[in-house]
Order: sequence, then structure tokens, then C-alpha cells
Amino acid sequence: MSITLSEAESRRVVSGYGVPVSPFVTGTSTADVLAAVDADPSVTFPVVAKLCGRAIAHKTERGLVRLRIADTDALAAACDELLGKALPDDGDVEVLVSTMVDGNRELIAGLNDDPQFGMTVMVGVGGILAEAIRDVSFRLAPITEVDAAEMLDDLGTQRLFDEFRGEPAADRAAIVEALVALARVGAEEPGLRSADLNPLILVDGRPVAVDALLELDEGSELEEVTS
Amino acid sequence: MTDLSALFDPKGIIVTGVSNHPGKFGFVTLHNILTSGYEGEVFPVSREPGEVLGRQVLGSIDDVPDGAADMLFICTPPAINEGLLRQAAAKGVTAAFCAAGGYREAGPEGVEMEQRLVALCEELGIALAGPNGQGVVSTPSSMCAQIVAPYAPAGKIAIASQSGNFVSSFLNLANHTGVGVSRAVAAGNASVLGIADYLDYFTDDPETAVSLVYIESVDDGREMFERMAPLAARKPIVVVKGGASAAGARAAASHTGALASDDAVFDGMCRQAGLIRARDVEEAFEAAATFATQPLPDGDRVVVVTTVGGWGVAAVDAMADTRLEPTTLPDDLMAAIDEKLPPRWSKNNPIDMAGGETRDTVPEILQLVAEHPEVDAAVLLGVGIQSNTAAMMRGGPFFPDHGLERIVGFHERQDTRYAEAAAEISTATGTPIVVATELANAGPDNPAPATLRSLGRLCHASAGRAVRSLHHLAGYSAWKRARGL
Repeated sequence: MSITLSEAESRRVVSGYGVPVSPFVTGTSTADVLAAVDADPSVTFPVVAKLCGRAIAHKTERGLVRLRIADTDALAAACDELLGKALPDDGDVEVLVSTMVDGNRELIAGLNDDPQFGMTVMVGVGGILAEAIRDVSFRLAPITEVDAAEMLDDLGTQRLFDEFRGEPAADRAAIVEALVALARVGAEEPGLRSADLNPLILVDGRPVAVDALLELDEGSELEEVTS
Repeated sequence: MTDLSALFDPKGIIVTGVSNHPGKFGFVTLHNILTSGYEGEVFPVSREPGEVLGRQVLGSIDDVPDGAADMLFICTPPAINEGLLRQAAAKGVTAAFCAAGGYREAGPEGVEMEQRLVALCEELGIALAGPNGQGVVSTPSSMCAQIVAPYAPAGKIAIASQSGNFVSSFLNLANHTGVGVSRAVAAGNASVLGIADYLDYFTDDPETAVSLVYIESVDDGREMFERMAPLAARKPIVVVKGGASAAGARAAASHTGALASDDAVFDGMCRQAGLIRARDVEEAFEAAATFATQPLPDGDRVVVVTTVGGWGVAAVDAMADTRLEPTTLPDDLMAAIDEKLPPRWSKNNPIDMAGGETRDTVPEILQLVAEHPEVDAAVLLGVGIQSNTAAMMRGGPFFPDHGLERIVGFHERQDTRYAEAAAEISTATGTPIVVATELANAGPDNPAPATLRSLGRLCHASAGRAVRSLHHLAGYSAWKRARGL
């Protein structure tokens, strides 16, 4: 069996290794959340607010995500509403507030502990269609920058990396850096079973994870999370 | 690392289970060893001494002179093999190929016997290949120690396979194409020696230029990766994989886990380790044959040279799903070709000579292309058509009159020259030149494919297949360059 970390916990782990995630703060009450947003200049409106917790795996399906929140008043209302939706089975929950980032291109990156090959790292064409498109490339973690660059070369949808609908060409070096960092998470964190960064949005060509999910073997606990 | 020299280059071989029945494995193995011209000493052993194939059969391994044999080929049932191994070790045997079955594949009792076999070989210091394998081939020793056919011409490809059938397939293709083999071994149950052990040996083996492996099951993929990557950095390894394993079935909560098919992960491992992965057995052999006989390209820029039309288009089309690029002809190359061809030539890539070639044109154009610094590889198409015409003339009712004898001779000499030029120019310039014509299969006696075969080079059967081989060479070259190798 396995357990999944909350989005906030997952984000902290991967960003600790240098994987770029959209700026975020968390709080367990509306007042805490507002104070945290106020205190962190990197979190700017419009924002997205999500109710997250270890037992909450499907935020969107349960209506626990609020997009394009324009200001503090709207955020306060969203926090009240989200906290009110928590169910007894959800256990500990908190509201995660993150800067809303924009980009038309979505990648998926992830980790998977393969029964034959051990920890693997993946990049692919992402978003909700990732599993249907199946344009992905795997390597065994850890990886070098050369490996990561070749993973991008492997993808069939190369045009995704050119200039696209008014956005600049993808910054391959930045994606490579993110993949190398993600693979390090996989290679160095004990008990990790899998991870998803989906989507990993290209913002002005640079990758930013706007969701993160880490799955651990039951009974394991990540240092970065507990400390 | 285990020394496998007694397995591949034994000074003498003991074959057990040699009976008079030509359908039995022991007989066939002895037959194949003697037929392939093995020059070391051969000691057939059986419980029923006598004569087989004109050789005196010994009643016991004890009768073999001390130190005269270092390899044991086992065709006897599991129950007696431990005793035979002890006797053989006492005579100086250090390697054994166990063709006999009845081990792990035969149920719980077989599993136990295989464990004892492994422990005994370790105790005796014997390198154990098999059990339940078809044998070992080694052309430097003129040795076909196999319970089946065929043998193969000598060459630089070394084969290790988790399926004996595919050893035969690769050897059949070696015979068909004329591109030869250094070593070949079926791993059988691989209870001690596995694919990576054979690759270790091949990579150090001066007789081998490229390794070719068939993999069906991966027990420890991480170990395979860690052992193979350093070997691939030294010598190319072509891999073809069969079957999907059920091991990837662990349920995953993540999208990444759901996307992690066995094939996707294996493919990524190959790319990372520098293993050249082919889609099927034929493509794998042709890639290996091209590695074995052509220089590595320094990049992906390809020029196609064809005597006439459509073939060149097909070659360029085939590059679409490869890493190769049909490069734009550089101005100076264009100008140099203009000097050699009438104005109707294509003036782009593919270089379509439009039938404008005279006696020396094809070799001259090939030379210009191959020596150009902005060309990494060339494809030559349209060879053999002159000899095809010649063949019809030679077989028709008018030969040798009406000037036919003379023109037939000219056509055939020309195709021979084209094939020779492709080989010579690629060697001299360090630029690979792959040659393709369906005559490789449809008319193997045509002087173009026949000459390539006699030179030990592969004549690809189509432009698409030639392009695919070149793609593998270019991919390996890129992998090495990206890592400063």
C-alpha cells in the first residue's frame, strides 16, 4: 500500500530540490491564509486556492479548486467556502494559495519506482490528456543534463517547444534543469514510490509546476516534510 | 569478470552423450564441431564406446589425457552431469556449455538440480553456460559447438541471445548477407553466465566490433543498465527485445506510473545507456552488420546518390521518422557535381544522375560526396540495374551476337565497380556509404550485391532499411559525442 502527500507537502519536497513550482502559501484558517499571502510578495493576484490534505486526491472532481481569485476579499470568501467543504474523513486539511500562472503549453513530469529498473523519471506532453497522448520519455534516476536534453529530443511533439501562439520558444535548458532536479528527488528520497508534476506549465517558455503529488510507500516519511 | 576464453576459444573439447544416432544432440554437436573445421582436439564421450563419425568414442572422461581439453559440452541428462563435471575439472576443464535440458524449466526437481549444478561449477571454477541452451559458435576457432545449425562466415559481430532460436536467425542472416560473426552464444537458462557477462567478454574481444543481443526477460533492470552502459561506451551494442513482462503491473496512484509501460521504460534505459535498440530481428542484424563494416558518421547529414528517380525519393521519405536529415547540397559540392553530370541531373538531394553517368561517374560522384566536410553519410541506390539488363541479354536468344557480349561485360564490370567504390571510398574517407537494392534478395548473384557480399559488406534490401541502419549508427555516434566519448 502507499500514501499520498498533500499538494503542499509535495510542492515543498520538490521545490527543496530546485524543481520550479508556482509561488504558494498555506494556512489552516482564512485569517492564516490572508496573513500568509500578505507576508509573501511572491504570491500575487490573481491567485488560485485549493483545499488540500493527504486524504484529498481528487481536488477538481470534488470542487475544491477556485481559480482566478482577483483580490483579498474574494480570497477570504473562497477560503471560508473551501474550509467549509472539508469532510471528517479528510483529516488534516489546509488551504493552498498560489499565484495563477499562464501558459498554453502543458508538460507532465514525474517519477515512478519501477519494479525492474528502480526509480525512473519521466517527461511528456501533459495536462488532462497526458494518458491519452502517451508522448513520454523515461530515464533511470538520477540523470545528467545530457540525459534530460535527450529526453526532450525523444518526444514526438517537438513543435511544442518552438514559438507557440505568441509565446516564446521553450527554454530547454530550464526544462532540463527541472528534470535533473526532479530525478534527484527520486534518487535521494527514500520510500518514494511515484510523483506527478501535472501540469508543468511553460510560462514564457520556462517550466512551472502548478500541481504536485508524491506517493510514498506506507510507513515511510520524508525528512523534508516532517522537519 | 569471468574469463570466457575456454568457452569461445577452447584448445580441446569434450562432448558428452555422443551416440550413433544422427538425430541425437550429442551426435549433431560432434558433427557440427568437426564440420566447421575446429582444429583443437575433440573427445567424444559415451557410456557405449565405439566409433562415431570416424572418431573413437571414449567410455569415460577419465580417458581424456590431462590438460588436453578445457571445454566440456554437455548433452547428457541432469542426473549424471555433476559427476561428469567433477571428472572434467580433474582433467583441466574450465568452461562448460550445458545444452542438456531438464533443469529449471522442468519443474521443482529441475530447479534443485540447477542449483546444485551452479554450486558445483562455482566450487570447481568452471564457467557455466546454459543449461538448456543450443550452443556456442566461434569463428576465430572455426567452432560450431551447437545442437543445431547453422555455422556462419567469420566476421566482427558477436551474438548473445536469451533465445537459441534467434542465435540461429542471426546466423542465418549472416550466411545470407555474407556479413560474418565472431562469436555467438545462446544463454539458455543463464543460471550463471548471463547476457551482461557475454557482453563483458565481447567488449574486450579483439575479434568483435559490435555486440548483438536478444533479450526476452529482464530480472534486474538496474543492474543491466549499470553493467551495459560502460560497455556501450566502448563498443556498440545492438539490442532487440521480445515480450512484455508482467512485472510492471504494480498499481500506481500516479499518472507517471500509469504511463510507465515496460516498453517505454526499457526504451528510455536503452537511450540512456547508449544501447542501440532495433525494432525486430532483421533490423537488429542489419544495424549490427552496418556497425561491423562501416565507419561511424560524425553527424546526421545524409546525401542520397541514385542512378535514377524514385529510389532516391523513397530514401528521403524514409528519413522522416529517423534522426537523419537529407542535407541541402552545399554550393561547392553542387558545382563539383555539375562538372561531372549533364545538366538534367536533379541539382538537389537526392542526387539523381538521371542516367547521365558514364564509365567513371558513379565512383567520382561518391568520392565528391563522401569527402565533403558537410556530409556525414551517403546512401547509394540504383546499383545492379545494368547487370539486370545484362542478365536478360545473357539469357536471351541473341547472345552473344549483335554486340551483346561486349555490353554485357561492360554492365557487369560497372556494377562490380560501383560496389567496390562504395566500400573503398567509405573506408578511405571515414564516411559511411550504405548501398541498397532489392536485388540483395531478388538477385543475389547480380554483380552489385554479389560484390558487396564478397567484400563482407551488407547490401541492404531496400532504401528504407539502409536508412534505418544509418539512423542507428548516427544515434550511437550522437550518444557518444554528447558525452565526450
